[in-house]
Amino acid sequence: MIDFFSWISVYPEIVLLAMICVVVLVDLLDHSAERWPAYVISLLTLFVLSVLTGAYALSGEVVHGFFNSVLSDPLANWLKCFSALAMLVTLAYARPYVAGRGMLRGGEWYVLGLLALLGCFVLISADNFLLIYLGLECLALASCALVALRRDHAPALEAAMKYFVLGAMASGFLLYGLSMLYGVAGTLGINEVLSVLASGHAHPKVLIFALVFIVAGLALKLGAVPFHMWMPDVYQGAPTATALLLASAPKLAAFAMAVRLLVQGLLPLAQEWQPMLALLAAASLLLGNLVAIKQTNLKRMLAYATVSHMGFVLLGLVPGVAGADVQAAANAYSAAMFCMVTYVMAMLAAFGLMLALARKGFESDEISDFAGLHQRQPLYAAVMALAMLSLAGVPPLAGFQARLLVVQALLAAGHPIYFWLAVFAVLISVVGAFQYLRVIKVMYFDAAAEGTPLDTAPEKRALLALNGALLLFYGILPGGLLALCGDAILRMLQN
Amino acid sequence: MSITLTHYLVLAALLFSIALVGIVTNRKNIIVLLMAIELMLLSVNINFVAFSHYLGNLHGQVFALFIMVVAAAKLAIGLTILVLLFRRKRGINVGEFMEQKG
Repeated sequence: MIDFFSWISVYPEIVLLAMICVVVLVDLLDHSAERWPAYVISLLTLFVLSVLTGAYALSGEVVHGFFNSVLSDPLANWLKCFSALAMLVTLAYARPYVAGRGMLRGGEWYVLGLLALLGCFVLISADNFLLIYLGLECLALASCALVALRRDHAPALEAAMKYFVLGAMASGFLLYGLSMLYGVAGTLGINEVLSVLASGHAHPKVLIFALVFIVAGLALKLGAVPFHMWMPDVYQGAPTATALLLASAPKLAAFAMAVRLLVQGLLPLAQEWQPMLALLAAASLLLGNLVAIKQTNLKRMLAYATVSHMGFVLLGLVPGVAGADVQAAANAYSAAMFCMVTYVMAMLAAFGLMLALARKGFESDEISDFAGLHQRQPLYAAVMALAMLSLAGVPPLAGFQARLLVVQALLAAGHPIYFWLAVFAVLISVVGAFQYLRVIKVMYFDAAAEGTPLDTAPEKRALLALNGALLLFYGILPGGLLALCGDAILRMLQN
Repeated sequence: MSITLTHYLVLAALLFSIALVGIVTNRKNIIVLLMAIELMLLSVNINFVAFSHYLGNLHGQVFALFIMVVAAAKLAIGLTILVLLFRRKRGINVGEFMEQKG
């Protein structure tokens, strides 16, 4: 029988699923155009979830459930807490946008958003190939439907088709690799795979074959080069609110998937996947920073910024086990996690500002739409400047701390290739800083565009100000967040 | 000559590569794209069932059943997007959807 601890290990998913059903039912009875009940219930659910998972993560318990297929450890709970908070901020920023564009006709925006978060949760907690696949597919299908939600907008439908096809390719690659790994290891559980690989009985060539497909599937999902093709088109074509949703919580879940599969499951193969990730990271950094320079559309530019940030996150995963020292490995992986979390915060601020500027019939996704924002709304310009500087990696913002930690981890590994990787990463970031500084220049030094009214609701201003302030705070005092990440990763490695 | 595990694995590999080529080089028809996606998942199914029989383990067959269910859901979403695209564009030519460049 399913024991009590199994239910404890999936309580966030149970709560989320129950509230999804509640939102669906409440939405049936609600006939207004603004869908306030669904909005309020979704926000309350996400707030409660983040508090619950945060409290659970602080307590530091590790629970295995459902015959070792669900793992609820501090890493999982912190990532769930962050993705619930990211989804909460996304829904709050997106409400005026989706209300004005006919995306709220049936309230499906909120239900699909919560379902995407459910997929993220299942993926983050998964300790079994089956759960990884189910979480990945739940997330992908809900996101696909969200991209296509604006049925009368042709670019959104094209973006939905591209996202669907590339998502299917990602799960196809990942599944093929997992099937070969299952054939070699004889089991679907990640911890059991680790023990089989550590015993050394496995056939090495088949393992590398499986590993190539798994890394390809992960790279497709994360958006690393050469599997980044879908990202600019999907970010540009999708409604801005959906692009924000795609850029925030699913990236945290993809990071969790990468860590679970590569670090927890395939650690004996680290000599094989570290060079692969290093290559992907170098290519992502190069392409993400260079191609973004010629973009005039802010959403496409942010998509290429995503590609280069995924390069940094992959760089953080590279030097892990070089010295066989658990603390050094924990530093490297927690640097990668910190990089991912600060990236999500900066994306929330940048997209949130785009959503604040968008009005009915006016999409504010060109960089020139931000011209003279400083004269119109100094607070918004300041928050956007903070977000851009954080993405560029300028001190004293959070993005700088993240890159510093990754570079420190690379240098601590001692291998000469890692040294040159770190040098390359820093130099190419300087080149890529142009794209972010251009936005700041347009905001502060260009004449104001025509006076379309901005969304200046006080709660939006407060939320945006808080977002920007957090970017500044974690740049100056990263200790708290970094200790969280480090502690979570350390416990994960010791288990 | 008896059918060994290798035969099934080679078959699955061939199907996977056919599906991959079908997705990447397809410029004419979205329905062919959807068929290629299903073929990819089918090749993974063959892999799982073959390994399950070879290992004497039921996990692979359970996973294959789950993949079939999820593939059906995926197909539903894919066909829905196809129908919406058809209503907007009056055609299912993939090459027309490469408007956005850069």
